[in-house]
Amino acid sequence: MIRFENVSVRYEEEAEPTLRGLDLTVPEGELVLLVGPSGVGKSTLLGAVSGLVPHFTGGTLTGRVTVDGRDTRTHPPRELADVVGTVGQDPSAHFVTDTVEDELAYGMESLGLAPAVMRRRVEETLDLLGLAELRDRPIATLSGGQRQRVAIGSVLTPHPKVLVLDEPTSALDPSAAEDVLAVLQRLVHDLGTTVLLAEHRLERVVQYADQVVLLPEGVMGAPADIMAISPVHPPVVSLGRLAGWDPLPLTVRDARRRAGELKERLEGRLEEKSAGRVDSPRSAGSPEGETSWDAARSARGAVSAPPAIEARGSGGGAPGSGKGRGGGVLPFLRRRTRPTTPAPATDPTPLVRAEGLGVRRGRVEALRRIDLQVRAGETVALMGRNGAGKSTLLSTLVGMIAPTSGTVRVAGRTPHTTTPRELIRQVGLVPQEPRDLLYADTVAAECAAADADAGARPGTCRDLVSELLPGVADDTHPRDLSEGQRLALALAVVLTGRPPLLLLDEPTRGLDYAAKARLVTHLRALAADGHAIVLATHDVELAAELAHRVVIIADGEVVADGPTAEVVVSSPAFSPQVAKILAPQPWLTVEQVEGAL
Amino acid sequence: MSPALGRRTLTAPEANRSNALHAGAWWLWALGLAVAASRTTNPLLLGLLVGVAGYVVAARRTDAPWARSYGAFVKLGLFVVFLRVVFSLLLGSPIPGTHLLFTLPEVPLPEWAQGVRIGGRVSAEQLVFALYDGAKLATLLICVGAANALANPARLLKSLPGALYEAGVAVVVAMTFAPNMVADVVRLRTARRLRGRPTGGVRAVLQIGLPVLEGALERSIAVAASMDARGYGRTAQVPASVRRTTNVLTLGGLLGVCAGSYGLLAAEGAGYGLPLLAAGLLAAMAGLRLGGLRTVRTRYRPDHWGVRAWLVAGSGVTVAVLMIWANAYAPDALHPGVVPLEAPELPLWPAVSILVGLLPAFVAPVPQDTVAVTVAKEDS
Repeated sequence: MIRFENVSVRYEEEAEPTLRGLDLTVPEGELVLLVGPSGVGKSTLLGAVSGLVPHFTGGTLTGRVTVDGRDTRTHPPRELADVVGTVGQDPSAHFVTDTVEDELAYGMESLGLAPAVMRRRVEETLDLLGLAELRDRPIATLSGGQRQRVAIGSVLTPHPKVLVLDEPTSALDPSAAEDVLAVLQRLVHDLGTTVLLAEHRLERVVQYADQVVLLPEGVMGAPADIMAISPVHPPVVSLGRLAGWDPLPLTVRDARRRAGELKERLEGRLEEKSAGRVDSPRSAGSPEGETSWDAARSARGAVSAPPAIEARGSGGGAPGSGKGRGGGVLPFLRRRTRPTTPAPATDPTPLVRAEGLGVRRGRVEALRRIDLQVRAGETVALMGRNGAGKSTLLSTLVGMIAPTSGTVRVAGRTPHTTTPRELIRQVGLVPQEPRDLLYADTVAAECAAADADAGARPGTCRDLVSELLPGVADDTHPRDLSEGQRLALALAVVLTGRPPLLLLDEPTRGLDYAAKARLVTHLRALAADGHAIVLATHDVELAAELAHRVVIIADGEVVADGPTAEVVVSSPAFSPQVAKILAPQPWLTVEQVEGAL
Repeated sequence: MSPALGRRTLTAPEANRSNALHAGAWWLWALGLAVAASRTTNPLLLGLLVGVAGYVVAARRTDAPWARSYGAFVKLGLFVVFLRVVFSLLLGSPIPGTHLLFTLPEVPLPEWAQGVRIGGRVSAEQLVFALYDGAKLATLLICVGAANALANPARLLKSLPGALYEAGVAVVVAMTFAPNMVADVVRLRTARRLRGRPTGGVRAVLQIGLPVLEGALERSIAVAASMDARGYGRTAQVPASVRRTTNVLTLGGLLGVCAGSYGLLAAEGAGYGLPLLAAGLLAAMAGLRLGGLRTVRTRYRPDHWGVRAWLVAGSGVTVAVLMIWANAYAPDALHPGVVPLEAPELPLWPAVSILVGLLPAFVAPVPQDTVAVTVAKEDS
């Protein structure tokens, strides 16, 4: 269906070609996953299939790309529109019209299909993607997961033979991501569509793939074979490699069947540990050592208790949105709402204290009666579906939003009445788009500005940058940095004011596993240093690795607040892969297992 | 049984895509009210017009983003009234007045600026005149705002002839830019706060401006890529002769329109102006029609012009016609005297004819699940 013959792509301003000598044949009706570290040309390869590379992006393409027998050299993207459907990284940049139904019809209108055909296909697609309820809604009012589904639907209606998707689930919460993947699965199985997608969050997608292409080598093969050699891989594969399983398991289910022997070995370690001979399964540097171990132990009971499974069944019935699942789990979680975590530090007054916090926007109550305390040295993960109020809570903590009711105190100050200059020495937020924080043309200028803003000794920020981002030249433009480097730079800028409280909004969006691992190391060091860290994230693996406590927010309310092991393990949507495999044992990350063996 | 049945078929249905009122009908209705507003300076009649437009908007607007613009138009209208009064205060007015309110200090101006006055005496007549005039402009604006709130602008563009459709899409995309840029500005201002910088002031605007423009540019490139990949601009093969005829007709038609309108406006060309204009329009329309052959696009569920659309558009046109007629039979009531000052009174028949404009609030389909509707239901 898609054929790459000795394809190289080179952009003018770059010395090295982005793709080099790629030979690839994607057969019809397969779901093919592109994997590889950031910057190996995944997006370029996807663009080459739809003809946007090089017709739209510039650069030179040598070799030949054919899709369904059409050469992209002679066919500009609009002539390929009836065979290839493309959804880019940001679905909002994809929309041309303003309501769901018009958006679904737009592609067909361009192709000149008959009105009766268009009508039928729109109805079919609305049902296929569970969008029927939203048909008249303006796109601007949809949530992230809904937008992603509309974007996919809008390229499906012309019945393309090939669907090309760039990171379709990265910005979505776990349940919304499952919805989108279920749709892709259905397209491949029922309609025989060929799907080519790139995704950083392999733990979500690798089990759905028929074939995996590893870049930059350009080798294609069965998922298990490629995962055995791939530098980027999900936790289930890391665990498989660690335990020496062959063939490698790709799903939690496969891994579980194999895990008997590993579990026995680990069980032995657990007993040793309860006798106090080995470190706790929490990572080193955890301020709460033994207590989190106790919490994890109590979570064993939680996992084996039947309500977690019942809840999953009862909550899945909400039509369309797929978000009911969380609601089903949550009543169970509510039982243990108040945290059992004792204060990790000796300091009796918490750094953050929110009481009865409420925020209203127009008629919408974004937050309701939030009680939250964060102590120095503690890392807290805020989780919950898209639009639950995580970002609003972070904004309230930095004083960008004034609470409508209740009080919030950060380091003894009320954030929204404190001047920005003073506040940045108390609390720093790295926003979802770290680029927003960066104004200057060069890294050096950015650092100088940050020092001046924070009133810090000149060079403070630059030292931080050298520490977080070794080897970045002073005259680099922030725009030329990779996603992970830019995040590190924004982090350095925020840390210049030495705020005791650090907030991060979706820090791992667009990061590959290597960049994520570096971020985890930095944040752990900061927490060990006494910084309190609050991160809003959809990434359950990140929460498992970093957070001492997890707070789950739904509809603007705190529905669960407790030690990570306890909260995360008891919820199927929020538990990391390792926890699912080794349940009921309390391991959360591969690192912990490795440490124990 | 039959009265109940009759009532059931006569009440307006719930709005959905298939019975959606043609966007053009709403615009005709609003323009009708606007024409009526331009024919009177009676503040009571103008107030009535604003009330009619406001009532229909309240009864029939959706909760879509474009429907929220009505409030902005009302505020703009009030601002226009305010501005008109302030200018009248500062620059004076040719209206002779006997009721002197107060005298502002007058700025002495040189000889060549004769006829222009800054400051000076302010009379009640002049203020009332400015107020009436401002109210007229404000009513016009509010009528346009009502159309904007009731009709999806994108749908109106969908009704354009095929050859203009792609231009229409470009306009729609451009219109979605403003809200996106506002969102960008808000985001970047909060980011400034995060860096401990003040969010106001000239420097802040300059520093935010560049990233906002950069973001807008990037977004427009992304949208263009998406449109291209989805088949925007696919054309059908047409014979060269048809293409040439299209060009000749369109260009010739436009030239004809230009020459014709010049003829109409200029003193000596009245004779050939009208026929030339008509011929030019005809040729241009034929050119557009032929040009439509090149586009392969089809239309998904275009709005139908049904009975309800006739009623809505008709009510607006009726208001306009009745007001123009009222100018003939009751000119004094429509333009209350300023010199000498007299209290405006509400003329019965013109007022009744304005109320015809309320018809859409009863015949247009009712939008679904708006908060206001559910609240009203719960109250009753």
